Amino acid sequence: MKNIINKIFDAKHRSRTFSYILVIACYILVEVLMSTGNITSLLKGLLVPLCCYIVAALALNLVVGVSGELSLGQAGFMSIGAFSAVCVAGYLGNIVANDIVRLIIAMIVGAIVAAVFGFIIGIPVLKLQGDYLAIVTLAFGQIIKSVINNMYVGFDNNGFQFSFVTNNLKLGEGAKILLNGPMGATGTSRISTFTVGVILIIISLIVIYNLMYSKNGRAIMACRDNRIAASTVGINIANTKMLAFVISAALAGAAGALYALNYATLVPAKFDFNTSILILVYVVLGGLGNMNGTIISTVVLLLLPELLRSLRDYRMLIYAIVLIVIMIVTNNSRMKTIIESFKKKISGKGVKAHD
Amino acid sequence: MTNKTPVLEVKDLGIDFGGLTAVNNFNMEIYPHEIVGLIGPNGAGKTTVFNMLTKVYEPTRGKIILCGKDMDKMDTVAANKAGIARTFQNIRLFTNLSVIDNVKIGMHNSIKYSTLDSILRLPKYYKEEARIHKEAMELLKIFNMDKEADVLAGNLPYGAQRRLEIARALATDPKLLLLDEPAAGMNPQETEELMETIRFVRDHFDISILLIEHDMNLVMGICERITVLNYGMVLAHGLPEEIQSNPAVIKAYLGD
Repeated sequence: MKNIINKIFDAKHRSRTFSYILVIACYILVEVLMSTGNITSLLKGLLVPLCCYIVAALALNLVVGVSGELSLGQAGFMSIGAFSAVCVAGYLGNIVANDIVRLIIAMIVGAIVAAVFGFIIGIPVLKLQGDYLAIVTLAFGQIIKSVINNMYVGFDNNGFQFSFVTNNLKLGEGAKILLNGPMGATGTSRISTFTVGVILIIISLIVIYNLMYSKNGRAIMACRDNRIAASTVGINIANTKMLAFVISAALAGAAGALYALNYATLVPAKFDFNTSILILVYVVLGGLGNMNGTIISTVVLLLLPELLRSLRDYRMLIYAIVLIVIMIVTNNSRMKTIIESFKKKISGKGVKAHD
Repeated sequence: MTNKTPVLEVKDLGIDFGGLTAVNNFNMEIYPHEIVGLIGPNGAGKTTVFNMLTKVYEPTRGKIILCGKDMDKMDTVAANKAGIARTFQNIRLFTNLSVIDNVKIGMHNSIKYSTLDSILRLPKYYKEEARIHKEAMELLKIFNMDKEADVLAGNLPYGAQRRLEIARALATDPKLLLLDEPAAGMNPQETEELMETIRFVRDHFDISILLIEHDMNLVMGICERITVLNYGMVLAHGLPEEIQSNPAVIKAYLGD
């Protein structure tokens, strides 16, 4: 018992412990506020999306901060998770009565489908050195948006039907349209809850931290710090980076699933390039590789525009000022070393072991 | 010594970069428990040989045989698994990780738990982590760095960084250790200590060592055999005394 307590408050594990305490404390605070009725409906509506963005940002930090690869397609993975979850949840609507069970199944399916796409994208790209991942994920996000924009999925008593570009669905009895082209998912039952969102955040933190503090985590960081040295001590760079990338995609897929099932309608254009950049901003401002920073910056930057709504025209101005202030404040020595090493890595690219 | 099978056999190794032949007709044998020096003027192709042996560069010609195994199809990772570990002329540590983590990364392939074990924190994870922590500390103790285990590798003084690179290479449990200018930037006292360490490492881990070095005190002091490289070709093979008195070597170093 004493051992465990020592371990939790050990300096090495302090930031990890702080993450869990932070999330659980916020959860209890919000639950208390909700039960006493001290929370506006606007804020209440933001709770589930907030959880989704936190998970997506944490997952992106695993790729950008820990693994040192730039990914610009996080919204694409959320999109895949979201729309596969909508299909699964819609199909299971009559089969699985329990909402929570249906939500969990949908999230797991969303995560798996996103992970499969992450794996397929990773195969050609992660063997290469340079900014290829950024380019490919950027394109991937756009392609996924366009594909789902043109996809029609429905089912009737005879099973699923798909059509592409034009709506050729011929649905018979017991019909339900799941995806309706540019209209996206309509008539989704809203089964996401804040509690499940917080549990997803905690699961993400456990997965990311347990990965970081294991042989695979060390290998991931070794590949980030020095590729050639990592490969000469027997670390397979492509596989190691793939592990981080696929886990990140899976978590983003689960986050997307939770997001989609929070709304009755969801258009594919929601997960566009801007969303990817937004998530990247959360990660960069929170600090590369710093999970606590990611959580805090996501909460602040997501809630701020909404809380400033009463200021109307000035709200985006204030948002911009806050962004700038955070950038200056976080530009302290510790942040600098992280950024410096990142820069060194970028400028060191393409330089091979020289004679 | 010559009756044993060699740890490393290199036959007619060569590499071209475009039209430039950097190394050609390079031959070498290293026997178990031997310390061999590879010397030559700047730009002779010494590090290129190291890069070919570790498969950082793919040789254009020739054969490398490690403990009877042809390394033709191997990549860098496979070369390390087969038993070659190295250090770098320009130090390549994992600068944002602690000293002990650098060593643990060297032990990566000897750790026997899966990703799932680590994510779910199954008993196997704790057992293996405890084992490699102990082994890593023992290794650091040999290099007198056990007190700096939690320091970031990038914050170490220069000499300590060089020692850590050797420790990391040894953590991969190699049969042949390649040291690329291990004494570069060290003062005579540190070089003296390094020579002791290299001998100790050879005896303690029972490995062969091939080293590139410009410090002739070190080379003549610990190398049992020396190969001299000039313009990508082997200029001479031999015992330290033979090399010292070889007119071709003297000419290569001092000019006419």
